[in-house]
Parts: sequence; C-alpha cells; structure tokens
Amino acid sequence: MLHIVNKSPLERNSLAACLRIAGSGTILLIEDAVYGAIRGTTVEAAVKEALVRFRIVALQPDLDARAVADRVIEGVGTVDYAGFVDLVAEHRNCQSWL
Amino acid sequence: MTEGTAKKFMFVNRTAPYGTAYALESLEVVLISAAFDQDVSLVFIDDGVFQLKKGQQTKGIETKNFSPTYRALEGYDVEKLYVDQESLVARGLTEADLIVDVTVLPSRELGALMDEQDVVLSF
Repeated sequence: MLHIVNKSPLERNSLAACLRIAGSGTILLIEDAVYGAIRGTTVEAAVKEALVRFRIVALQPDLDARAVADRVIEGVGTVDYAGFVDLVAEHRNCQSWL
Repeated sequence: MTEGTAKKFMFVNRTAPYGTAYALESLEVVLISAAFDQDVSLVFIDDGVFQLKKGQQTKGIETKNFSPTYRALEGYDVEKLYVDQESLVARGLTEADLIVDVTVLPSRELGALMDEQDVVLSF
C-alpha cells in the first residue's frame, strides 16, 4: 500500500499516525511532510527506524521549494511528479494521511 | 445481485466532530456508498474517536448533532466500525463511552485491514 503524507511531522501527527497504524509499504512525503525527510529534526530517529519496514520517498520539487534537498536522510529516496504517478500506479491502493 | 461488483471501501476518520466539517462529510459519503451496496467499513483514529463520544449536546453551538447517525448505520448494513485502541486510551476513553458498538483493535491490525481495501478515503 502507498501512504501519502502531506503535513509537517513537526506540527501535526499525520506521519506518526501512519507509522503507528501501517505495518509496511511505501510512504511518500509531499508538501510540508518533506520536512520529515531531512536530517537534524526531532523526528529523524523515527523516520530512520521506519526505513526498516517501509520504502520512504520525498517529492523533489517540494524539497527544492523549501531549500532542504541537500539534507535528505540517507535511505530516503526522492521522486519527481512523474515518479509520484508511477508510485500510485505501482500500488494496489493508497491512503492519504491528511 | 451486485455482489460481483462490490468493492471494499474504508473510511478513515481522524478529526474531531465539530471543529471542521470532515466528520459530517465522511458520514454523508459513507451513506452514499452504502446505498450502492458496497462493502463499507469505518475506522476511527486519533481525534476521530471523539466523533463517537456518547452524550453530545450541540444546541449551544447551534450545530446539528449528527452523532445519532452512527447508530442508524446498522440499518444501511454498515456494521464494520473499528476504533484504534491507542487513540481511545490516549483520550481517556473506553468502549463504554461510545455511542455505538465497535471493534477496538491494536494499531497494526487496523493497518492490516487498511491494506486489504480497494478504496481508502480519508477525512
């Protein structure tokens, strides 16, 4: 299953809820959720730990817009908009953690 | 007669009832999907569990109290209501505080149910 998160994990619990409920799959971080993909935050440890069970990717244009593309956590991938579409097509279903 | 085309729809509710319109909107879509004989389940996570709190009195905020609708869902063959145990506990609630009978599940079991769905809609 593809899990899409679009809220900053430093402000909202969407990513935390996703990590608690979901057991495996792919997590795509978009919009303000890309702050969860970077080093040095209070959620970095949780994200690194989640890499064991999930494939985690962040949307490159959102990283670029926020000037944080140079500090993506090792193991977290990036995709462009076409890659976003591919992810949706690759998975049987998806859940948006609003 | 529509069994062959029924899909598994899950409605994920993560917001409290009156601060935003999400809870009411979710209920409306739930009833629509039920009318189309789909296999519908509802999940309540995080503040979504407050939607099911017994004893809501909305006269003072001049808003429609839609909580009795959860009790009517059975009449539309919507009987799969799941609540995240951790979310309940975190809010000082127990099953006895809820307006309807639900199945309380550990988080990961809810996740496994979510994986099985054809369509997942978030509110």
